[in-house]
Amino acid sequence: MSDMISDNPPSVDEPQIKRKNRFRAVFGSDRKAQFGLIILGIFLLGALLAPVLAPYDPNEMTLNMMSAPSGENPLGTDDLGRDLFSRILWGTQISLFVGVATVALALFFGVLLGVLAGYYGGWIDMIIMRYIDLQWAFPNFIIAVYLVAVFGTGLLNVIVAIALAFLDDFARIARSMVLTLKQEQFIDAARVQGYSDLRIMFRHILPNAMAPIIVQATVSVSYAILGEASLSFLGLGVSADTPTWGLILSDGRSFISRAWWLGVFPGLAIMLVVLSINFIGDALRDALDVREVDV
Amino acid sequence: MLGYILRRLVGALLVMLAVATLVFFMIRLVPGDPIAAMLADAGSEEAREAMIRRLGLDQPVIVQFFYWFGNMLKGDLGSSIYGSNQPVMTILLTALPKTLSLALVSFVIAVAIAIPAGIIAATRKNSAADVGVSLFAFLGLSMPDFWLAIILIIVFAANLQWLPAIGYVPLSEGFWPWMSHLILPGIAIGTGFSAIIARMIRSSMLEVMQADYMRTAASKGLTQRVILMRHAFPNALIPVITVIGIAFALLISGAVVVENVFSIKGLGRVLIQGIQNRDYPVVQGAVLLISAFFVLTNLAVDLLYAVIDPRIRYSS
Repeated sequence: MSDMISDNPPSVDEPQIKRKNRFRAVFGSDRKAQFGLIILGIFLLGALLAPVLAPYDPNEMTLNMMSAPSGENPLGTDDLGRDLFSRILWGTQISLFVGVATVALALFFGVLLGVLAGYYGGWIDMIIMRYIDLQWAFPNFIIAVYLVAVFGTGLLNVIVAIALAFLDDFARIARSMVLTLKQEQFIDAARVQGYSDLRIMFRHILPNAMAPIIVQATVSVSYAILGEASLSFLGLGVSADTPTWGLILSDGRSFISRAWWLGVFPGLAIMLVVLSINFIGDALRDALDVREVDV
Repeated sequence: MLGYILRRLVGALLVMLAVATLVFFMIRLVPGDPIAAMLADAGSEEAREAMIRRLGLDQPVIVQFFYWFGNMLKGDLGSSIYGSNQPVMTILLTALPKTLSLALVSFVIAVAIAIPAGIIAATRKNSAADVGVSLFAFLGLSMPDFWLAIILIIVFAANLQWLPAIGYVPLSEGFWPWMSHLILPGIAIGTGFSAIIARMIRSSMLEVMQADYMRTAASKGLTQRVILMRHAFPNALIPVITVIGIAFALLISGAVVVENVFSIKGLGRVLIQGIQNRDYPVVQGAVLLISAFFVLTNLAVDLLYAVIDPRIRYSS
């Protein structure tokens, strides 16, 4: 753990400059990260401009059913004659939104719990850690499935379910970072100055603990996107009439022997986005000098 | 050693009891009450009341809890509220061998890919082979398992017709019929799993190859092959074993999704069908069993780790 923060001296400005340079050096030379940024940028643009770019209404049914990719329907049509390209394009919005919203939520509450547990120790730490241990007894995806089963499907429920499943990862990392940083002299200095606990936790400790949290967040976005796709695929996702990548695949799977494009393209979209985020996460890990975190 | 094992066993048991408590109360205490929804599906007023009595829902929640908990300790998880009202335990025990078979085959496939890939990547660092393994690992981690499952069905079942696309055949009906139904789902689940293990083997091997005893082995004039396989690889496996425990979660989650693609009636299929039918006794039972499976695997990994590396048992 200690080598994760080997370069976190007390002053905040200097290492940040160094970091920025390293950041540029790593991203400038890492072809995988550049590929990731470009692909992700394209999907992001596609998501934002879906209303303009989509050639058809994603839910419009036509008599042009199961036609192969052509000039008219670049990725073909499904069993109800809906344009696959338009559906996948709209699906980008949901996937990226769920990925980011989920991780934002998990990061906020997970880091909060982890910082409180690590900073105060004692019974606060005990209670929070027992909860985290309990969550550790379930695979993340099973937690999400069970929560959706209990709360019901829908966009908000899916986001909350996946966020809760990821909460413990952030809490664990934040706690262990705080435990190490708490021993540093600059924290003693802050205490002597009479700063409040809140100020020490969030202005002095947290900024120095961000590197592994950022890396974890990046990886988690890719897992969240995969998680949402899996839930949608199982019929436990956003809703039956919102085109999401998992749902499009699930709808198409009965026809894959006759219409391969229904099986290939939605999954390709998921894989490209997740791959891009993983490439970026890997470069960030090098740039921020974070050792491999648990999967 | 015995003390360590006992301590870990008691710990795992406590976690399981807490899990059971959580699983029970979550369904009963959430807003929107899934139980009410389940009762609404029952149909007639009589059917509703029969279900209330059968499930003990006319009792206070805390009484219901102890009743359920006591039965659970006796191995009785209640009955399905759907179809022929089979006992949940029977449903789960019918499903379990299928999921275990699938997990086993996926595991073997994953390890069979990961070990050579990881060793080659480590011994030829920065070569084309290393880059290839690294790209494979990224792809394996980024591909949704259900998508890989669909692609495998399109290629190997629908077009080449080498392997069956769906279903499960028990081992008692012969090895090949059993195996042939598990290869495609096994690859779909095992690929992501192998990516994680291969990466771990690579970095662990690279670390071990820096060790002093490697230099000693080389100076004794041993061949490269013996040095790698006798000295480096076994030591490199130690950290890999922990990761296998963690990554086991991926295997189970993978099984839940992939069983549904291949229509294998294992725990995952039972869980998802239970959710679709709002059959909460079945859902609770499946979640409990999956988490027990997961806790026990991690316990086994920890104990194995303590056997291999004595430093573990004495710290903490």
